[in-house]
Amino acid sequence: MTPVTYSQAFQQGMREEMQRNDSIFVLGTDLLDRGGHFGQVLGLGKEFGAERIRDMPISEAAMVAAGVGAALNGMRPVVDLNFIDFSFGAMDEIVNQAAKMRYMFGTPIPLVIRGTSGVALYAAQHNNSLESVFAHMPGLLVATPSTPADTKGLLKSALRGEDPVIFMMHKKLSGTRGEVGGDEDLVQFGRAAIRRGGSDVTIVGYSQIVFKAMEAAKTLAESGIEAEVIDLRTVMPLDIETVAESVRKTGRLVAVTEEPLFGSIASEVAASIQENVFDWLSAPVVRVGAKHAPIAHSPTLFEAVLPQAADIDRAARDLVARGQ
Amino acid sequence: MTEVPTAGVGARQFLPIDISGVDPERLILWLGEMLLIREFESRLDGLSMSGKIPGGLHLSIGQEAVAVGIAAGIQPQDLLACSHRSHHHALAKGLAPRSLMAELFGKATGCRGGRGGSMHLADASVGFLGGNGIVGAGLGIAMGASLASKMRGMDQVGVGLFGDGGANTGRTWEFVNIASVWKLPLIIVCENNMYAVETPSERLTGGGSVSRRAEGFGLPVHTVDGQDVVSMYRATTAARDRAARGDGPTFIEARTYRYEGHSTGQIINYRTTEEVDEWRSTRDPIQRLRIALQAAGRLDDEVFDEMVLRARATVQDAVAFADESPLPDPISATRDVTGLELGLGNAR
Repeated sequence: MTPVTYSQAFQQGMREEMQRNDSIFVLGTDLLDRGGHFGQVLGLGKEFGAERIRDMPISEAAMVAAGVGAALNGMRPVVDLNFIDFSFGAMDEIVNQAAKMRYMFGTPIPLVIRGTSGVALYAAQHNNSLESVFAHMPGLLVATPSTPADTKGLLKSALRGEDPVIFMMHKKLSGTRGEVGGDEDLVQFGRAAIRRGGSDVTIVGYSQIVFKAMEAAKTLAESGIEAEVIDLRTVMPLDIETVAESVRKTGRLVAVTEEPLFGSIASEVAASIQENVFDWLSAPVVRVGAKHAPIAHSPTLFEAVLPQAADIDRAARDLVARGQ
Repeated sequence: MTEVPTAGVGARQFLPIDISGVDPERLILWLGEMLLIREFESRLDGLSMSGKIPGGLHLSIGQEAVAVGIAAGIQPQDLLACSHRSHHHALAKGLAPRSLMAELFGKATGCRGGRGGSMHLADASVGFLGGNGIVGAGLGIAMGASLASKMRGMDQVGVGLFGDGGANTGRTWEFVNIASVWKLPLIIVCENNMYAVETPSERLTGGGSVSRRAEGFGLPVHTVDGQDVVSMYRATTAARDRAARGDGPTFIEARTYRYEGHSTGQIINYRTTEEVDEWRSTRDPIQRLRIALQAAGRLDDEVFDEMVLRARATVQDAVAFADESPLPDPISATRDVTGLELGLGNAR
């Protein structure tokens, strides 16, 4: 199979599922002709037409409300917010409507809300890390794929499930390539992937930071430290069991995230591991995340805030040294 | 557009309503429904204050004709979503009084098993998509539901309600805009009871008119006397016909009035008792329909009194049912949060 990009993987998944199920349609801005700001539905406008690749005004609340109402009434909408940052304009629809409808009203809301996430250029307002915000709200699932295969496979699971899913695709991964699965290759939510085996220290992350973890693992290996790298793939549900199993083996955990550390997914992983696997730990769990600041325009400034491979490397080395 | 006076002193005489051309049997039915809502709602303040119902409630006493007129003008398969003041719409759309009362009591036999409560009532089996605790949100739900109706080619119309308070939240107009550009089969209703909680809406509404805002979106607008069930019915029927033809949404502003406070147990000092008396004694929707039916020789006092007693008995039965019903099992509180197992120890 030819490798495809992360964005193309999404588009492939959409196409296959739309062919399979008439009730799937996409709503958002600049979709029909442009194919979305990241090419995520490129070509689908021509294939499925304006009814199913539906251009909307820049009205985020109305986009998500349309999705929630349509999901309540037998459709499977995909709301494309372009940037996940624009979810703030629809926060009530996401958190107070979509997330709670099943619980309050007994009606499932099979709704996917896609947004490009993570940190890259364009400064503070387009670079919010919201995964822990959404994961915190009961009723929502949160997908954070790092590879084209996971993007396609998780999207398929989302489109065949019955829950509202926040589907977060990292900006910096848009053009990365990889092989993807076929029509029926679904990636289940809540199943982490071990990207690299190792017995000295566990490094856990999700989305783009997994690549920094892999970089760190490489430099650690040069010093004879074998790190196991776990990609959570979805942060809700969060596959803490795979992490725990690894920690029982390594005795050390570095939980990494691109979010500001306070109240982050990494914090959740750290707390959960020390509660459940404390007796296996040779050293305290360490978190590596972003510093507590908005994202600046200048790369010099925002790179200083973000966790780097070197930070992960250092944290892992310290742990190994402490746990000797 | 009909101009409806909002205040004034005048003789204490009920304003007449025009019932011509409407089947009297239906009118009697509507009268019965309005009486049921009135009797139902009249019991709730006491039940809330005595602790039988946890928390306060938003009563719709005085607004019965809006709900009954809309429900009469749509079809059973149509879908309705409304605001936090929702009991009258729930009952008019067909939610069973027992199921509603038990839900308010927080009992297992309530329409949502005690999960929803007053602001989050719902019953998909009668097309009641739910109340909503967030101002303006119900309209969005109805808008999305009507998009699905249209995409699925169904003979089904959505009704989305919000209040005069909701007319000043931005998203309301996002929803109206979408409905307009997509020509959705949607009836958009502003249930204007003149007060956004405790502040007179005329002090808060730029341009002074909600209806005029809707006109800006190119929608046909009916400004309707919401205390006249027949006018509400006629406007709704016209809106439904238009929606079913594929011509798109209609905007209805129902000018109405709540006799009680924003919520139960509140002391009202933001409006005069004279104002309330004026509405009660000249525009009460039940009395106006009663008088019109009497004048047409279709109703006498004896029958009316029987109708009141019947409504009261239904409500009494609902209260007894709710009172005797079991509480929900606490372990169920974490059930069915999502379709997917989350591994967080939630009971299944």
